Amino acid sequence: MALAFRLLPGVLSALVLALVIGGALGGVLSVAGHIDMAALLGDAYVLGILRFTVWQAFLSAALSVVLAIPVARALVRRQRFPGRALLIRLLGLPMVIPTIVGVLGLVAVYGRSGAINDLLAMAGTGARLDIYGLGGILIAHVFFNMPFATRLLLQGWAGIPGESFRLASQLGMTGGQIFRLIEWPMLRQIAPGVAGLVFLICFTSFSIVLVLGGGPPNATLEVAIYQALRFDFDLARVVAFGVLQVGLCALIVGAGHRLARSVPVELGLARDMPRPDLAAPAGRIGDAAAIAFAALMVLLPLAAIVASGVSGDAWGAATRAPLWFAALRSLAVGLCAGLLSCLIGAGLVLTARELGVRYRRPGLATAIELGGSLILVVPPFVIGAGLFILVQPVADVFAIGLVFVVIVNALMGLPFALRILMPPAMEVHERHLRLADGLGITGLTRLRLVDWPLLRRPLGLALALTTALSLGDFGVIALFGTRHNQTLPYLLYQQMGSYRMADAATTALILVGLCLALFIVIERGIGGRGHDRA
Amino acid sequence: MIALEDVTFRYEDMVMRFALAIGEGELAVVFGPSGAGKTTLLNLIAGFDRPDGGRIVIDGRDMAGVPPAERPVTTLFQEHNLFAHLSVEQNVGLGIHPGLKLSAGDRERVASALEEVGLGGFGKRLPNQLSGGERQRVALARSIVRDRPVLLLDEPFAALGPAQRRRMTALVERLRADRGLTVMMVSHQLEEARELTGRAVFVQDGTVLCEGTIREFLAAPPLPEIADYLG
Repeated sequence: MALAFRLLPGVLSALVLALVIGGALGGVLSVAGHIDMAALLGDAYVLGILRFTVWQAFLSAALSVVLAIPVARALVRRQRFPGRALLIRLLGLPMVIPTIVGVLGLVAVYGRSGAINDLLAMAGTGARLDIYGLGGILIAHVFFNMPFATRLLLQGWAGIPGESFRLASQLGMTGGQIFRLIEWPMLRQIAPGVAGLVFLICFTSFSIVLVLGGGPPNATLEVAIYQALRFDFDLARVVAFGVLQVGLCALIVGAGHRLARSVPVELGLARDMPRPDLAAPAGRIGDAAAIAFAALMVLLPLAAIVASGVSGDAWGAATRAPLWFAALRSLAVGLCAGLLSCLIGAGLVLTARELGVRYRRPGLATAIELGGSLILVVPPFVIGAGLFILVQPVADVFAIGLVFVVIVNALMGLPFALRILMPPAMEVHERHLRLADGLGITGLTRLRLVDWPLLRRPLGLALALTTALSLGDFGVIALFGTRHNQTLPYLLYQQMGSYRMADAATTALILVGLCLALFIVIERGIGGRGHDRA
Repeated sequence: MIALEDVTFRYEDMVMRFALAIGEGELAVVFGPSGAGKTTLLNLIAGFDRPDGGRIVIDGRDMAGVPPAERPVTTLFQEHNLFAHLSVEQNVGLGIHPGLKLSAGDRERVASALEEVGLGGFGKRLPNQLSGGERQRVALARSIVRDRPVLLLDEPFAALGPAQRRRMTALVERLRADRGLTVMMVSHQLEEARELTGRAVFVQDGTVLCEGTIREFLAAPPLPEIADYLG
């Protein structure tokens, strides 16, 4: 009885997951039977898409990491220049702003009538920058992932024992020698894992490639699934792309799982280590250039969004009803998806910690966490496509489209929710299990007296993050969106598609504002203030 | 040989103030509770930390503005003295040239230093193939090839077992006698240095509270704080 009760939340969560993912995969596979897979996988178009997907992901990962190395190194070497703390915070921004908003900012800077081309024209050069195509995709992927890679590499640097740098001072090493003997060995361990993560992110990239790809040859598998489903309604190709996508993601995640393990978790140098290589003028210039590059790379698109978003005539658009309806829908979708994500996540966590702590089966607990992260292997578009195929014969897919968007977004948030909730929940259980058992504090009383005060902070963070993520997500909504159920990201995409850039900027600003506001309100509201974990 | 003249150093909320003089060829054991400033004292002498005031004179030279590599000092840390991806002889060779450009003569010096610490023939091994005591011996071999008159040791043997610890202490003492080194060793326990003849320096709350010989301190602690600490 007790065991069944303890397993119940996890079983319920797992059931939901199995229904959705199983149903979607079933949907995909139900049509797969009639399809000649071998012929499709040999199809020149399919192979072209596959080649482009891998190639752009490879280039994006390589560029992001290669550029992140000098930036991270400069930040480590220069511990006290004005604005350093601010810059490190800025580097976190591309990770949290909605992708489609970032893309709009990039178009405003690097696009046909963007700032860079204005400068080129003023300089009188005939050269023009074209953001549509592989180049634009790479710029966007570097914008989103170079800062992420920089932050991961900073952790790598923080993992180098301080003694190594003292030793370097004592032995009088130059910057080059320090790089070769101390930093390069660290990078050889850390950088492949970081590159692997970036590769996976870019491999499954959707909105960036959809907007900036500029046409059918430049498409990732995700974009190809979307196009095959939405425009050609070619189920055979949807299945072929889906199978490829799931297979390759499983492969990459499997390989990445080993790589990602090497990413250390220690944070921050206790205090800055004396290095003997800071005075050399070449190093000073190089570091300054790297820091300026990172700052401009991140700041320019963000500044462009704000500048055009608040510019005068654009605010006329703000009074239009569709915008506010879209905002309300986004709010609803975000909140529902965030809540669903955290509910499923909490169920899994409650059972996982019973298994892991009470029954001493940490292996099972880990398996539950991995199960909840299945979305990394079965990408949202495959699930969306599967649900689409499954429901399409019996109901109007577009009428209930937002329900699917909520479900898929909830699953996309689940790995984040688990990553945030699992460690503190385990720790609390580890610490208080026997005490609470001994005092007879069980069931809901335990949740109220022990877990809520100690876990509300991570719970607030998890809910805030999953809500903001799905609010800003432009993914499966592309499959199910119509004029009548459009959310803010969908509206933004439509406006960009018809080159209504002033309207788009307003929409983007409202979207970002909404995401930020919701994040802060939820995190503070649920997490409370001054409630430090014991 | 080493003189600290009213040296001040601010670390977080604590202001440390050191005055100390150690003669040439002397051995001094610095001991005291954790957080008292023992390691900071060594870092100031080695040049890893810069004093906020006062003067540090080593071998007759004012050390203000002298980078660690140019001081007549070599330091042994408690751990992470070696680069894990470099072989034993490369780690020692770094003491001769920090970019590892070594001549045939340099290689001979490395080999003989390894002999001297009892690790002859270990040159090709990697640090993870060595015991904790052997790793510290490699670091000692590097300090031999660096050939600096002052050797600073920051709890270098704290992670070793009692027998290893005694052997390592004896090795340091032999190097000091053979090479005329001035040695300062930070230790948690003065007991460790029972067999050594030399100076004891008691540090508490960021200042040198009391000095004397190791023998005196162990026999009859001159201050109640020291008696408290030694127990």
